[in-house]
Amino acid sequence: MDFIRNFPMFSVVLSLFSGVLCTMLRGKAAKIYTIIYECALVAMVSSVLWYTADAGKSFTYVLGEFPAPWGNELRAGTLEASLALVFTVVMLCAVLAGQHYVQEDMDESKINIYYAIVNLMTAALMAMTWTNDIFSGYVFLEILTLTSCGVLIVREIGRTTLAAVRYMILNLVGSGLFLLGVVLLYDITGNLLMVPMRAEIATLYQDPGAKTVLIMATGILTIGLSIKSGLFPFHYWMPDTYGWATPTSAALLSSLVSKSYIFLLIKIYWRVIGIDIFTDMPIRNILFVLGLCGMIFGSVSAIRAENINRMVAFSSAAQIGYIYMGIGLGGTAGYTAAVFHIMAHAVTKSQLFLTTPRLADVSGDSLRFKNLQGCALADPNAGLFFLLPSLSMIGIPIFAGFSSKLFFAMAAADRGGIKLILVMLALAASSLLNAMYFIRTLIRIYTPAQRAAAKVRHGLDYNIPMIVLTMGNLAMGLFSWVFAQLIGQGLGMFM
Amino acid sequence: MKFIEINDELDLGGEDHDILESVMDGEEVHDSPREKVKTEKEYYKNYVRSSQWGRKLIRTENKGFTVFYTAVAVVSCVALIGVLLFTISFLPRYGVENPESTKVVKRYVESGLQETGAVNIISGIILDYRAFDTLGESHVLFTALLCVTVLLMRDKKNMRTQYEDFYTIRDEKYHELYRESIMRMVAGILLPCLLLYGAYVLLNGQISPGGGFSGGAVLGSGMMICAAAYGFKTSDRIITKRASNLIAFFALGFYSFAKGYVFFTGANGIENHIPKGTPGAILSGGLILPLDIAVGLVVACTMFGFYSLFRRGSIGGE
Repeated sequence: MDFIRNFPMFSVVLSLFSGVLCTMLRGKAAKIYTIIYECALVAMVSSVLWYTADAGKSFTYVLGEFPAPWGNELRAGTLEASLALVFTVVMLCAVLAGQHYVQEDMDESKINIYYAIVNLMTAALMAMTWTNDIFSGYVFLEILTLTSCGVLIVREIGRTTLAAVRYMILNLVGSGLFLLGVVLLYDITGNLLMVPMRAEIATLYQDPGAKTVLIMATGILTIGLSIKSGLFPFHYWMPDTYGWATPTSAALLSSLVSKSYIFLLIKIYWRVIGIDIFTDMPIRNILFVLGLCGMIFGSVSAIRAENINRMVAFSSAAQIGYIYMGIGLGGTAGYTAAVFHIMAHAVTKSQLFLTTPRLADVSGDSLRFKNLQGCALADPNAGLFFLLPSLSMIGIPIFAGFSSKLFFAMAAADRGGIKLILVMLALAASSLLNAMYFIRTLIRIYTPAQRAAAKVRHGLDYNIPMIVLTMGNLAMGLFSWVFAQLIGQGLGMFM
Repeated sequence: MKFIEINDELDLGGEDHDILESVMDGEEVHDSPREKVKTEKEYYKNYVRSSQWGRKLIRTENKGFTVFYTAVAVVSCVALIGVLLFTISFLPRYGVENPESTKVVKRYVESGLQETGAVNIISGIILDYRAFDTLGESHVLFTALLCVTVLLMRDKKNMRTQYEDFYTIRDEKYHELYRESIMRMVAGILLPCLLLYGAYVLLNGQISPGGGFSGGAVLGSGMMICAAAYGFKTSDRIITKRASNLIAFFALGFYSFAKGYVFFTGANGIENHIPKGTPGAILSGGLILPLDIAVGLVVACTMFGFYSLFRRGSIGGE
């Protein structure tokens, strides 16, 4: 067996160990260790991506001596590997670019604990990406829930504590519903690994009684994970959570944590329920409608926001809506568009959240629009790195946002009928609304202010991760077909 | 704006003696700071109500559809209960109507003993068959401890009020003064039994019901009783922050590497050289015993850490 096959297991176990190790180090050492470890992780994950893309097929990794229905398993295909690569790169960039604020926002004695929590979060993200077992998914989902509250409350101001309490309650409701769904599925199939589960479900779906249980279990699972990822009626925790967290945490929470829940959901649809059976269920259409509502209402809330971070956070709600719309469209094209949007949005949104505090710094520590006037001129770097992802969010060609909108439109065209019309209308309306609030902000930050502020320059710790993320954004825009091919290939391996 | 001055009246540094006296005399002095907190709270409440932005805030909160939220909460809970009951009525009777689904369990029951070397099949399942889940689960506890530490640990930003210090000091004095309390008498009898029982449950996880999580919980509650009866000064002599960190580090580090080794050898088809031992003996079950000890230590440290953080905002002496 090739040595590369061990890397998914290493990525989980070593991340867990790094989390424990960081508690023993001092703040600065923990930071340096985390950065070096994340670099190693990027290397590991990209070699797995190269390996699976080269072999053209996925592999499963038995954890321990006991194979499929008895022991735990991990699984790696091109889809998992490419998502894990995006996750680790964004993680590394967020840790690098936000280190200055981590130092500023929290007490000296807690910095090492922050990095410990970040490492545990990495472990949970990796495990949820690679897992081939629905209950391992639940265990690491718990770690993700706890760590995401941990990175939020580390900035000890009243608002983050309040936001964390709200976020925690909603998240626990989501976890509870997910667990109920898993229990129901376990009861009728008697398995927890995805492959034997799907084999059981394929036969059980013929039986009318079991069919009802299956639909209910899938529905409960879906509600649980959509609360956690912030689908339309459940998206009101987003602005407070993302708006007040320290920038690294905001970037991690918005672009990785909520996305990994959606990926777990997609994995369950394809590998546990089976995509043909899921297409037969009515849940898909509900997700489609809620996704459309999220696109519109998220953007409307973003327009009404008075604070740049809240605006960016509400725009996240809209983007989550896009992803669920892709799931609702169904078919390989719809899921490809959804997964592509997960990646595109991870790269774009982390950049926005890492940049807004820099803009606030040069406008008197205020995130309010009326104080932000001219901040991009005072801090040209941050201005530029706000401009580029904003253009991507609006959907200007050559950026990732445009490609994902194109994929959604193509998926809808495949489907035809009423869904095509709805998707086209929603895409047009949402793009228009996006343009409204992002261009308004851009005009605001590029209008010269009365006071002439001294120009601020940033060191490499901010510029390099931003350049990496921008390159990722452009690569996804210009070579979107490469990514679409990888995702399509990965979805094919799911069957 | 006028703040109520409290600092002058309660000087904790110089009045240790008075606190001692008040404890000895059983006077109701301790209620006066509490009264002051109340007045201060009332003052701020009135301040918020009297200002314009405060009224605006209260209006928005009232507009927040309190009735609507309550109604929606009740309706959705009732709907969830209804849906679940409806679903349960369709579930097959376990093992009777769906024999296929017991296949995995049968293998665990029938060959669990030979394959894992553990008489207690539950231990075999969680630490051998599904070891990856348990690896995650033991880190869940550790993560929870880290989050509580972040929230409650005292630092420059997260200061405690004087009153809390007042009560902490008073509690400590109490432990020094009353050496013959009921709590202490009972703890003296209970503590050895608890620690012994905890160690027993921990070490016999592979033979009898129990194991790391339950044994660790018993040990942890023993430590809590020690701190409650003898005061934190005594418990600090046994477990400090440094010791707790070291225990968690070595236990979880050992866990990760031991299991990483088993995963690696298992997946690569290499023999792993871990003897299974004679089933039923204390040294049996391969890695189950050391892993149980590791998990137990982490659980005990976590539980004591929670208690200590909630009581006084730190774990052990510095």
